[in-house]
Amino acid sequence: MTESNETVDVSGYSFEKAVAELEGIVARLERGDVALDESIAIYERGEALKKHCEKLLTAAENRIEKIRLDRAGKPQGVEPLDGE
Amino acid sequence: MTSLISNDSPTNLTEFSVSELSGSIKRTVETAFDHVRVRGEISGYRGQHSSGHAYFSLKDDRARIDAVIWKGTFPRIKFRPEEGMEVIATGKVTTFPGSSKYQIVIENLEPAGAGALMALLDERRRRLAAEGLFDQNRKRLLPFLPHVIGVVTSPTGAVIRDILHRISDRFPVHVIVWPVKVQGEGSGDEVAAAIRGFNAIEPGGPVRRPDVLIVARGGGSLEDLWSFNDEAVVRAAADSRIPLISAVGHETDWTLIDHAADVRAPTPTGAAEMAVPVKADLDAQLANLTARLRGCASRQMDHRRQSARALVRALPSLDQLLALPRRRFDEAAAGLGRGLERTTVVKRRSFERVSSGLRLDLLTNRLAQHRQLLADRLTRSERCLERQLLKEHNRLSKAGASLSALPPRLLGQLARERQHLVSLGRHADTAISHTLLRSRSAIVAQDRVLQSLSYKNVLKRGFAVVRGEDDKPLTRAAGIGEGLALSLEFADGRIAAITGEEGEATGPHPGSPPQPKKRSAKAEPTGDVPKQGSLF
Repeated sequence: MTESNETVDVSGYSFEKAVAELEGIVARLERGDVALDESIAIYERGEALKKHCEKLLTAAENRIEKIRLDRAGKPQGVEPLDGE
Repeated sequence: MTSLISNDSPTNLTEFSVSELSGSIKRTVETAFDHVRVRGEISGYRGQHSSGHAYFSLKDDRARIDAVIWKGTFPRIKFRPEEGMEVIATGKVTTFPGSSKYQIVIENLEPAGAGALMALLDERRRRLAAEGLFDQNRKRLLPFLPHVIGVVTSPTGAVIRDILHRISDRFPVHVIVWPVKVQGEGSGDEVAAAIRGFNAIEPGGPVRRPDVLIVARGGGSLEDLWSFNDEAVVRAAADSRIPLISAVGHETDWTLIDHAADVRAPTPTGAAEMAVPVKADLDAQLANLTARLRGCASRQMDHRRQSARALVRALPSLDQLLALPRRRFDEAAAGLGRGLERTTVVKRRSFERVSSGLRLDLLTNRLAQHRQLLADRLTRSERCLERQLLKEHNRLSKAGASLSALPPRLLGQLARERQHLVSLGRHADTAISHTLLRSRSAIVAQDRVLQSLSYKNVLKRGFAVVRGEDDKPLTRAAGIGEGLALSLEFADGRIAAITGEEGEATGPHPGSPPQPKKRSAKAEPTGDVPKQGSLF
């Protein structure tokens, strides 16, 4: 979306890390001591982080599975847990 | 042979065959010990035999009895036997007639009270702790937002339902359940295998590898939870590279897996809460941050625009900017010529002030002053010298006068002394003549007395003084020998005489005239007495 290299590796971030950085960016912007061009750059990075966090939150799937074991007790695969 | 027959047993005791005896013993034992409870320590336990039966023995400090649990009985025993555990076994005693052995066939087995189990548990906990399995520095942090959660528990029952419910309430994620038996024989091994099995899943495989594990079981007795004290379970939990939450029993129940787990949850529901955050909270946090981010951006722009405008407004015009310097310049230019004139006047004035002071009489005055001063000093010193001289002269004349007055005074003193000497001489003359006169008259008087007292006066009256050869007066006749030279003194002179004989003493003798004379002088003393009397 943007060429700023700061946004490149956001996709690998954990939710925790992304939120922490987003909080840092907001705090800096709210203090208002950031140069104009830098403030634009970190705003864009904040947007990217926000999107990443939303992705992480919506990507969580409500899937419940059960390990299927073979006769020797080794996992063979998974099947939906029918107990629900 | 007859002897053998005749030697037949004298008693009528029944004779058994070995089989009969063994069978009888078996019956007796099995009847007598049909159902017994035995307390003892498990010894020689090696788990189930391949046949499914378990052979071991029970012992106390003095005796030992073989024990067996048949394959069919084993699943009914809640509690898994362990070597060295004190148990109470219920069963019957049987014998094997074939080998003269007996054993107890166990129907039921239970630990000999909670104390025995606790002691065992404590001993095991200490041993594993000493190995470092429970060390705090082994504990890992749980991931904040796991993608996949692995749950090791029974697939049926309330526990898994509670966990799944709580997870979907908070944050629906992918849950993989590894079904295990949670009590009874083999349950510990299954739990351990499940933990290791989850760890063995490679990332990117057909089954997703969990980010966090939950090992859960509902509440129960110490025996019910016993498989979670299993050493294999504890080791598997400690070795797990996936962070592990233990949730076994109620909050008050502690099992060894709780010590080895990275986090211990008080309940299965609690484990679900620890495993995932609340999604709604995260959404709210993110929304809040997003709103602030947007607000910040627009506010920043507004703010900057505003300040830029304000700055533009505050920017002064060129005229305004130049007005002040121009005025200063004008003033300076106007003042330039005036300044020079004034400076010249001021300088001249100051020159005149200085030069007016420079005059010749200043010097001559100064010279006259000095000369006067010098003259004054000269006269003063002369006067001083004169005064000094006068003073010295006075002193000298005073000394001369006192010196010249000295001779008359000395002459006067000399005359006085001479006069004094003359008078002293006169006094001495009269004094000495007086003294001479007095002495002469005193001598005359003394002489007169002397004359009056002299024996010569007696001589004048006719008496003489007889003297011996030694010129000493002799006053006694006795002692005067014959022919002795004597001297007789008379008033008109002396004569020499020699003494005669004694008889002729009375008559005068020509040869001895002095004697009679002497006697006669003595015989006529009266003639002088009046004279002497008148003398006095």
